[in-house]
Amino acid sequence: MTSPDQPQQQPRQDVPPRQDEGTMMLNAVGARSGQQPGAQPQAQAQPQAQPQPQQYQQPAAVPQQQHAPHAAAPPQSQLPGSGYVSPIPVRRAHLGHALASEWTKIKSVRSTVWTLGVMIVLVVGIGALTGIGISASGTNLRGESPLGFGMFGMLLGLMCVITLGVLCVSSEYGTGMIRTTLTACPSRARVLAAKAIVFFLLSFVVTAVTTAVVALLLTGVLGGQGGATPSGSEWFKATVGVSLYVAVIGLLALGVGALLRHSAGAITIMIGLVLLPLVLALFMMSESLSDLREWLFEYSIPSQLGVMYSNAVADSGPSGWEPLWIMTGLTAVVLGGAFLALHQRDV
Amino acid sequence: MIEAVGLTKRYGAKTAVHNLSFQVRPGTVTGFLGPNGSGKSTTMRMILGLDTPTAGHVTIGGHPFRKLPNAPRQVGALLDAKAVHGGRSARQHLLSLAQLSGIPARRVDEVLGLVGLQDVARKRSKGFSLGMGQRLGIASAMLSDPQVLLFDEPVNGLDPEGILWVRNLMKQLASEGRTVFVSSHLMSEMALTAEHLIVIGRGQLLADMNVKDFIAANSAGFARVRTPDTEPGLAEKLTAALSAAGGQVAPEPDGALRVTGLALPRISDLAHEADVRLWELSPHQASLEEAYMQLTQGAVDYRSAVPPQVPHGAVPPQAIAQPPGMEPQGYAGGPPAGVPGPYAGQPGPFPGAQPQGAPVPGPYGAPPQPQPHPQAQPQAPAGPPPAAPADPTQQHSEDAR
Repeated sequence: MTSPDQPQQQPRQDVPPRQDEGTMMLNAVGARSGQQPGAQPQAQAQPQAQPQPQQYQQPAAVPQQQHAPHAAAPPQSQLPGSGYVSPIPVRRAHLGHALASEWTKIKSVRSTVWTLGVMIVLVVGIGALTGIGISASGTNLRGESPLGFGMFGMLLGLMCVITLGVLCVSSEYGTGMIRTTLTACPSRARVLAAKAIVFFLLSFVVTAVTTAVVALLLTGVLGGQGGATPSGSEWFKATVGVSLYVAVIGLLALGVGALLRHSAGAITIMIGLVLLPLVLALFMMSESLSDLREWLFEYSIPSQLGVMYSNAVADSGPSGWEPLWIMTGLTAVVLGGAFLALHQRDV
Repeated sequence: MIEAVGLTKRYGAKTAVHNLSFQVRPGTVTGFLGPNGSGKSTTMRMILGLDTPTAGHVTIGGHPFRKLPNAPRQVGALLDAKAVHGGRSARQHLLSLAQLSGIPARRVDEVLGLVGLQDVARKRSKGFSLGMGQRLGIASAMLSDPQVLLFDEPVNGLDPEGILWVRNLMKQLASEGRTVFVSSHLMSEMALTAEHLIVIGRGQLLADMNVKDFIAANSAGFARVRTPDTEPGLAEKLTAALSAAGGQVAPEPDGALRVTGLALPRISDLAHEADVRLWELSPHQASLEEAYMQLTQGAVDYRSAVPPQVPHGAVPPQAIAQPPGMEPQGYAGGPPAGVPGPYAGQPGPFPGAQPQGAPVPGPYGAPPQPQPHPQAQPQAPAGPPPAAPADPTQQHSEDAR
């Protein structure tokens, strides 16, 4: 449109087919306007509305005409040649870019600060109160590890991690941001992978630090009350193990959020998943259901979290590190479904 | 270059887009028009690979968007000004997008300056007005400095200064050889911005042509003839004479006659022969708005019911028949359509139609800054998009003939 700008286009000889492209198109337009019944004489119309043909024809006519045979330019030559070339160097985007982007995103919203902040307060606060309470009452721990008392706080803190996991994905849907994101990165798997990795690492690190603080508090306060002195592996499991378990549940929440694309729905489902088996089991009085009841008790997330905190080997149900493997398997399935759904669904 | 072939999208029983084929070429601003719910946004989403077409395909530079190498560097889009996380600051929002597409972070500050949001860059976008949101959306579309740009309703919520800025920006982007595809339901805006039009209604292609062809093809010009009010018989006499000569005569609400099919001199001659004095004999050309109404009349999904009032003496019957859903003619505060057309011969909708491209100090700074890249082609001083407000006004009044 702007004739003053056209000459500046011309020095870009590096992209020959483009100018031909423009000429082609504008000729077509020009030809069409010729058919118009009450049109102005072509000669007069051109300088007004179609300055480009003249502008473009000059460069096109000189070298390109012969090797860019007018009509069907092959599709791949259209793109690099179809007009503007940005001076910003093109870097092929990869997962690393997506990770940086997701890190910027997760740290720049308040929901992250709120959920993780509340989590820290709950876990540390309840852990400290439990420790102080038991210490003040002078109860004998009878060989029990003091680390296990961190579990109550962690169970509540888990809800915060779940919320953050869901929000990581569903807030993009809630705000419409997802369309902007997927326009900037058409590889949907890359976006979800980056979200999962960034969220997992962040929640794991924060939880690990928090559980370590609580573990130190508890062992410090309850040191002389007849409890067992935790071994290195017990320490490891009650901090790193528990944190992995919590972060994996958060990842599961992220997968559910990606499948449901709705914050409240996904958070409700996740809280139901955590609490419902236990609540159901409490109300299963009937004798015929006792097997199911037992199973629900043992495999409910609070019980499994308890297993992660203690070293007690039960004769039935999960023990040792099993809760982590169970949850990892479940999360892998749900995340796989989320990848598939994201790939196929309309945004 | 965007190319759609047989593009169809069905949501259950509802067909949002049906067998749409078109091309959007580089170097011009292509307007994408249609009434509400006609499938514009669905088409845009399919172009960007967000929605998968039920049938047909759409490519950008020969590739579907999701298979496009370095897609974010080729294509930028503003789909919805509210498609941001409101809790994030404008700068962080753009930074995350820049990182995602592998664009240096300094580009963020450049586009913030370009759209004039640098002063509120660190504020959360939740508090932004719709106009500021649009600017942020335009910034994210411009972030990767792409050669294909899609804008869905970019002027929604902008003030007149912002509208002028967007219009000039579109033209400037197209003049740099980029493909610019702008959707709107504001005919008047497209008349000033676009050179080429793709019009859809109910998901189907209604027109794909040059703006002036579009007007010529979809609405005929007419002559307004007024006989003296004091002598009631004259109008009938003239009507008879003109009809006999092959013209079509329709009464206007204010008593004037709307004559088609006869040239002005011929009308004058006939009146003279019939011994009828004329108080008015004026040429009228249909505006783009009228042409558009004419075309989309059968294709409006959401038509509001309005009592058949006669809003203004000069409004042609056509304009009364307008689906009022379409009525908001944006900023064009000019007289109602039908008088020489909202943009024809009027002094332009903006007070003192600015000297082209001169930076207009706006509420958020001075948006129309030259391209910030040093290696970018030297901008024409103050980057005058040659068809700034004053020009198109005239241009279109001529175009329509």
